[in-house]
Amino acid sequence: MEFQTVVFYLFGAIAVAAALGVIVVRNPVHAALFLVLAFFSSAAIWLLLEAEFLAIALVLVYVGAVMVLFLFVVMMLDINVDRLREGFWSNLPLGLLVAAVLVVEMVLVLTGDFFRKWPAPAPLPADASNTADIGRVLYTVYAYPFEIAALVLLVAMVAAVSLTLRKRKDVRHLDPAEQVKVKASERLRVISMPAEKE
Amino acid sequence: MMESTWQTLAAWFGPAWPAVWVLLKIVVLLIPLMLAVAYLTFAERKIIGYMQVRIGPNRVGPKGWLQPIADALKLLFKEVIFPSQANKGLYVIGPIMALTPALLAWVAIPYGEGMWIANMNAGVLFLLAVTSLEVYGIIIAGWASNSKYPFLGAMRASAQMVSYEVAMGFALICVLLIAGSLNFQDIVHSQAQGRFAQMGLGFLSWNWLPLLPLAVVYFISGVAETNRAPFDVVEGESEIVAGHMVEYSGMAFALFFLAEYANMILVSFLTSIFFFGGWLSPVGFLPDGLHWLVIKAAVFLFLFLWFRATFPRFRYDQIMRLGWKVFVPITLIWLFVVTVWMLSPLSIWR
Repeated sequence: MEFQTVVFYLFGAIAVAAALGVIVVRNPVHAALFLVLAFFSSAAIWLLLEAEFLAIALVLVYVGAVMVLFLFVVMMLDINVDRLREGFWSNLPLGLLVAAVLVVEMVLVLTGDFFRKWPAPAPLPADASNTADIGRVLYTVYAYPFEIAALVLLVAMVAAVSLTLRKRKDVRHLDPAEQVKVKASERLRVISMPAEKE
Repeated sequence: MMESTWQTLAAWFGPAWPAVWVLLKIVVLLIPLMLAVAYLTFAERKIIGYMQVRIGPNRVGPKGWLQPIADALKLLFKEVIFPSQANKGLYVIGPIMALTPALLAWVAIPYGEGMWIANMNAGVLFLLAVTSLEVYGIIIAGWASNSKYPFLGAMRASAQMVSYEVAMGFALICVLLIAGSLNFQDIVHSQAQGRFAQMGLGFLSWNWLPLLPLAVVYFISGVAETNRAPFDVVEGESEIVAGHMVEYSGMAFALFFLAEYANMILVSFLTSIFFFGGWLSPVGFLPDGLHWLVIKAAVFLFLFLWFRATFPRFRYDQIMRLGWKVFVPITLIWLFVVTVWMLSPLSIWR
């Protein structure tokens, strides 16, 4: 077996095991950490495909930022496992239906034309930069979809902030500009005092 | 002489030689790094001592020079205590996750013309990805300790590190725009061009001059990223004792300590590379070389210690305000200025 194949199967196995861990383990924090591991091994597989930009972006965005916030929230939840189990049997039929639909969809996609066995692409030259390639395509061919996606994200961000923003009147805000303007003479007085004698 | 030695060694190891060669490079990198970390702690205690009109450690060895070795030995022989309600597995993984990215990042750093362990075409991205993993060590340690102060420390740390990464990333975008590349070698080479470099005044052609606000923002964000004073609310000892490190002892604590100091050295190296010309010599008549990089990094390390001796600790809301309301707008405005500057006829980067 080639070295690349060994690496692929190693990271593939880790990714699958970690993904299983996400849905199997009870502790939500452990599940989130397994998800981090799954992301990480997927990034390693992308590196094998010489897609270094996507691989590093996956680690940077999902592992470095999204999952940190995720963990942040999950760690503060107080989850009672027994209460989660309630209603298991009543929700089972709906769950099975959704699962069946998902399985059919995946079978359709995976057996479809897109997933036929492609011939292995020729290896890229050592100095090829797929960051530059992605940038070139993104800002020329896909310029409009890219801009629209950016705008949608911006709107979502503003909406999220404005939804959670509460203006409270009874809070005493500090104004840093005012604090900086304060002079020493307004707060402190140096007085000369004659020495006291007994 | 050197060539024949390498050939003999290569013949000796046969097909395993590439792996052995990489391992050798890692050892050659790690030993000076660990020594630098050890003596940075010594320098910190000495320098802050002199700034506060004290002597600092002066008992172990001649003039105290064996103090870091004694500290390391002490930590090695201490027991690692596990809190009874701690999550054992994650409790051990925490400090390891803190140290791993701190060492891994050194793979991408260039040490001189053609001197590297890995010369990646997306080197800066790799570095950003690795440094963004540093927060996991703190979060995992804080949560696995299963106690209140560590958890509060971990929460503060993750919020702080995620916030300052934004400003750092934006500051780097301008550097990348100017260099036109994500490769560290290209970034340093791009600073060796221009009118001043041809006049033999290389230090005026480095990025710090056209990107002065960003160089300041980058270094201060670096101080915040490493959770050093005045941004050390993570381990604010007057409020939450030592944050995520409260429950750790012995070698497990030492790993956090190593990671913090290795990160300080890393931030100093990165500031030198991105804004101060890396291994380039400041003036034309002196040769370039690794020593320049080390000297520049040493100056920034001194700044780290100087900050600690000078500034009182920030309050948590002040940290968030500085990161989001001051640094992010500055970097965004300067990004706009630099792009317009680059497209205008006045551009100095042609």
